[in-house]
Amino acid sequence: MDWGNILSNSLIAAVGVQAVIYALAAIGLNVHFGYTGLLNFGQAGFLAVAAYGLAASVATWGLPLWVGVVVGLIGAVILALLLGAPTLRLRADYLAIVTIAAAEILRLIARSVTFRKWLGGSDGLNRFADDFFKLNPYSQPEYTFGPLTFSQNDMWTITVGWTLVALTSLVVWTLMRSPWGRVLKAIREDEDAVRSLGKNVYGYKMQSLILGGVLGSFGGFIFAVGNQSVQADNYGTELTFFAYAVLILGGAARILGPIVGSIIFWAALAFTDNFLTQAVAAGVIPTWIMDTQQVGAVRFMLVGLGLMLLMIFRPQGIFGDKREIALDAR
Amino acid sequence: MPADAPATTRRDQAVAALADVPRVPGAPKPDPILVADGITRTFGGLTAVDVDHVEIQRGAITALIGPNGAGKTTFFNLLTGFDQPDQGKWSFNGRPLAGVPPHKVARMGMVRTFQLTKALSRLTVLENMRLGATDQKGERFLTALLPMLWRAQEQKVTERAQDLLTRFKLHEKSEDFAGSLSGGQRKLLEMARALMVEPEIVMLDEPMAGVNPALTQSLLGHVKQLREDGMTVLFVEHDMDMVRDISDWVVVMAEGRVIAEGPPDSIMADQSVVDAYLGSHHDAPLTIEDEQRQLAEDEDQLRHGDAGYTGPPSEQPDEGHPT
Repeated sequence: MDWGNILSNSLIAAVGVQAVIYALAAIGLNVHFGYTGLLNFGQAGFLAVAAYGLAASVATWGLPLWVGVVVGLIGAVILALLLGAPTLRLRADYLAIVTIAAAEILRLIARSVTFRKWLGGSDGLNRFADDFFKLNPYSQPEYTFGPLTFSQNDMWTITVGWTLVALTSLVVWTLMRSPWGRVLKAIREDEDAVRSLGKNVYGYKMQSLILGGVLGSFGGFIFAVGNQSVQADNYGTELTFFAYAVLILGGAARILGPIVGSIIFWAALAFTDNFLTQAVAAGVIPTWIMDTQQVGAVRFMLVGLGLMLLMIFRPQGIFGDKREIALDAR
Repeated sequence: MPADAPATTRRDQAVAALADVPRVPGAPKPDPILVADGITRTFGGLTAVDVDHVEIQRGAITALIGPNGAGKTTFFNLLTGFDQPDQGKWSFNGRPLAGVPPHKVARMGMVRTFQLTKALSRLTVLENMRLGATDQKGERFLTALLPMLWRAQEQKVTERAQDLLTRFKLHEKSEDFAGSLSGGQRKLLEMARALMVEPEIVMLDEPMAGVNPALTQSLLGHVKQLREDGMTVLFVEHDMDMVRDISDWVVVMAEGRVIAEGPPDSIMADQSVVDAYLGSHHDAPLTIEDEQRQLAEDEDQLRHGDAGYTGPPSEQPDEGHPT
């Protein structure tokens, strides 16, 4: 077994494109769920709208990259308005139902035969990221940092990606220390009390939904350009629930929660994947327990078990405050 | 300034203003701040509120009492926009409130508290207070991003919040989570937070519910102080001793209607009020004499070995119980 290989692959996953995408998706969810208490189960929909807005603008209609980004952002804002308008006056669970359904509708539209001409059906779209990589300042084909090696393109994607993570976190940090953020947190605690103090709760919830959706849409852009393709089935409910796992692992309503959560989540997945593959290949794990075909499924079981243990022994996540969880029980 | 001097004036003013008001349901007041007309609210087949006319005198402490299920809290919700009536109109300072959402009602100067205290648990006591301030620049999304635009105002808000916390003796708790406060302290916090809105009328829904007797006196003092500060108070309460102690005027509701109005002393003697309470379940004895009479009756029953009566002698005799 090559432990060096296992660890370096885990480290690459920890800072890789996937970790960036899920960090951005979870930063958006943190605004929704962590700070405002909105149950958005359709974060995948925001990433899909952004990714397809970018990809279709460039690949289908031949518009420049920056127009694609603007289309994606406008799409995310419109999606938030459409989801919020009918549900934010109602109880929290209605938003959950509507968002999970809307995200699935978007995915099914994107992969439908009817829109194949524009959205590429189940094959998705590609060849739209060239303009993005033309901006790439990295000139060598590969970059090596100790045991870690990144391709030229990945270097550029993760540089832009982690910069976006830093900037969005800075924005969220500033907002949550402001009176605006205080209103959101108060809505999470009890929205009737906030209403009784003269705040337009509906307006704030809508602003939160839009902000979190737009932050998530950055993850969609990175997803699209990082893979240099968009495929509808990448934007299923799995994406949303992984993002929730990332958020809760790191600690909801904490600025570093989604970032560290995403790093640990993807490092843990890569570690179990590499470890199991090598352990089976080396005969450390006998084939009557599992074979290499089953590694993909078993790693999720193990990571799931790890998450469960974390929730039992540290329910507030890595950065959470235990005192806050204790208050919840009242 | 001696504490007693303004106390007597404001109270005397309120009592004097209400002296000539007829003791009938829906009586017109000399200077009403809140006027409700023909308000009904039904839940399915049940008429929860059916108020013909009621006026609330400015600058006075008005108690809204009545047996359980009389519609007091529903009426509160309707007045403050948290619920919409089937029909009726009501106005605050002459401005109609029909269809006005609750947050706008609050901004107009009518702020309420809740029967089940709504402390914002995972915010600190100080953050709870700051939230109450209105017209905060930092509460707008774009200005929130630039702290230099709201920092000065935040400083002022914090000073006001600290002053109020000191007055309500919560200043030592200001950095604690509101969820860690006791029930009585939460009531105090909710009242203090409502004052951050700088209301003209404060509507307290059962301010004494769940408060231990040691804190009751302090809460009573704070409610009286609201009147001394020029505010109008309307409160729902079950505790008759408190109603008698602090209210200038009492409105009695039963089965959704206003059945009596008047100063506390005359209300306690009103036969329709006694009937309303004793005709159904009630939470508190009306007067000490009543309580003693009822206790004596219950003891009588026990002594005569009434087979149908198996419960222990109750401190709060329940006339609704069949004998």
